Amino acid sequence: MNRQHTLIALGMTVALVCLAGCEKPRPVSVQRGFRGTGMEVLYNRPKLDALYAKNQLPEVQSPASPDGPRAGDVYQNVQVLKDLSAGELARVMLAITQWVAPPDQSCNYCHQGDMASDALYTKVVARRMLQMTRDINTNWKSHVANTGVTCYTCHHGQQVPAQAWFIDPGPPPVHGIVADRGGKNVPAAIVGLSSLPFDPLSPFLLEANDIREQGTTAAAGSNRHSIKQAEWTYGLMVYMSNSLGVNCTYCHNTRAFGDWASSPPTRVTAWYGIRMSRALNNTYMLPLTHTLPADQRGPTGDVGKVGCGTCHRGAYKPLFGQSMLADYPELAGPRVPPSPEMAPAPVDARAATGEVAGMKSVHDSSPATMVAGKPL
Amino acid sequence: MTMLSFEKKYRVSGGTLIGGDLFDFWIGPFYVGFFGVTGFFCTVLGVALIIYGASIGPTWNLWQISIAPPDLKYGLQFAPLREGGLWQLITLFALGSFVSWALREVEICRKLGMGYHVPAAFSVAILAYFTLEVIRPILLGGWGHAFPYGIFSHLDWVSNVGYQYLHFHYNPAHMIAVTFFFTTVLTLAMHGGAILSMANPGKGRVVRGAEHENTFFRDTIGYSIGAMGIHRLGYLLAVNAGLWSAICIVISGPFWTRGWPEWWTWWLNMPIWR
Repeated sequence: MNRQHTLIALGMTVALVCLAGCEKPRPVSVQRGFRGTGMEVLYNRPKLDALYAKNQLPEVQSPASPDGPRAGDVYQNVQVLKDLSAGELARVMLAITQWVAPPDQSCNYCHQGDMASDALYTKVVARRMLQMTRDINTNWKSHVANTGVTCYTCHHGQQVPAQAWFIDPGPPPVHGIVADRGGKNVPAAIVGLSSLPFDPLSPFLLEANDIREQGTTAAAGSNRHSIKQAEWTYGLMVYMSNSLGVNCTYCHNTRAFGDWASSPPTRVTAWYGIRMSRALNNTYMLPLTHTLPADQRGPTGDVGKVGCGTCHRGAYKPLFGQSMLADYPELAGPRVPPSPEMAPAPVDARAATGEVAGMKSVHDSSPATMVAGKPL
Repeated sequence: MTMLSFEKKYRVSGGTLIGGDLFDFWIGPFYVGFFGVTGFFCTVLGVALIIYGASIGPTWNLWQISIAPPDLKYGLQFAPLREGGLWQLITLFALGSFVSWALREVEICRKLGMGYHVPAAFSVAILAYFTLEVIRPILLGGWGHAFPYGIFSHLDWVSNVGYQYLHFHYNPAHMIAVTFFFTTVLTLAMHGGAILSMANPGKGRVVRGAEHENTFFRDTIGYSIGAMGIHRLGYLLAVNAGLWSAICIVISGPFWTRGWPEWWTWWLNMPIWR
């Protein structure tokens, strides 16, 4: 009898411990494909609410007059935002201060004494980042559509974006028969604590290694990719999945991962996103390695780099798809001066971005409305 | 149909749960009973609906026919027949026929004065199906979370649902279920192998008995569970395989929305090595 009681108590304790890690039903679910295919994204309601609350837009600076002399004529050493009016330049500077600079340093974070001086590294980096933002918003609409990005998308009020990534050299080397970890088998947060490679981004978001590893024919023989390569790909995919707070079926019908025809359109957006991250890292971030102070570099002395999580921060779209570009059009790209000859420009632009319009419908069909809309 | 010489003593009346002796008769070798009638009714209707579903679907290819559950937008409501309503009816009739079969087994057990081991074990299989198609969809708030009826399509569903949690092999209950399935198969192979060897000793040699089986396993693996024990063990393993399958899927979604690898943080965070 006593032994039975002990067993029952033990069983109930085990059951309670198991339940302790659980979430409460009912999760938020979003259908992502034809019914019955299991194409669904699931969210835990309290976690989603908390994430949504953290991804609200900052207060918008009051508008400035576009009239008056250009900033480039009034101030010295204005290289990027010279097409703005002086008032607009001041306004966007205030916004950037609000988005990036520490509150106790304000303008002094980038400017000390002579406003035109490039003595502070922060100013040099900020200029490059402005160029990068405009580059993204003009040349990478395949990924950012018309929503675009601003400094706030990544910085979120912090000087260094919280989810910039660094090369992970892994734990200190060990000796003996387990000496070769093969770059994996250590639970790493970046791969969802699985045993996948712990530095999965360098080969794909810095270098341009082959991501596709599945064969396109049923029979073996034509596909020379190894299981090890597959693990690197899966490492990247788990990172993407965690960065966006979605599961594999957000972009793939897993019956054929590589088949574009049966993949949701989000996979196209993601494909461009990988190329965008790679391009930004090589064009903008790597050259800044030695401009940044040592304490902002990673364990191997590398610069902080752009990945999916840097902008997305756990949301399927950064800031849940809320665009800030309408309030800060100067970040969308160089301003086209209003003149009679340039009048047809908007029409041309629309025609030229026909492809982008297609992408926009992709975004409209994603769970934006269902997640960011009414339930929250 | 002819009756086997020993069959007569099993054909006893009584022991029915419902209907008294109204359906207490045999057709050929088959006992009918109230649940035989309901089971037949549900099976014929369910299969007819599947065939109807296939006829309005895009293909007659047996591998590709699929009767899919409703869209999530219907929640737990009834859906139009062509948009998942068929699936709802088929699920109802499937459960009707499975439960009928189990209860018919109960009646046969009562006739034979046996324990309810067979219907109890079969009930676990029904529970696994009921969990997948009814309990979990209700917990998630939509019939659309259930799997479709199709040979390939239900496999596609399994694949996608697995990848909803990044890596389903990290699901602790799935690990336990898989272990039970494999152990069931292993013990069945070992037991079956032993019985076949004992019963087919070769020309001119006598059939061996239980002590030979015991000796064989004591010699090879150091222990023999015995002729009766192996059947209890097999029962326990098989029933647990089904039970833990049901647990592993019902916790995925209703009680866990993230990747399963992440669930193991408690292990990584154990104070002794954190």
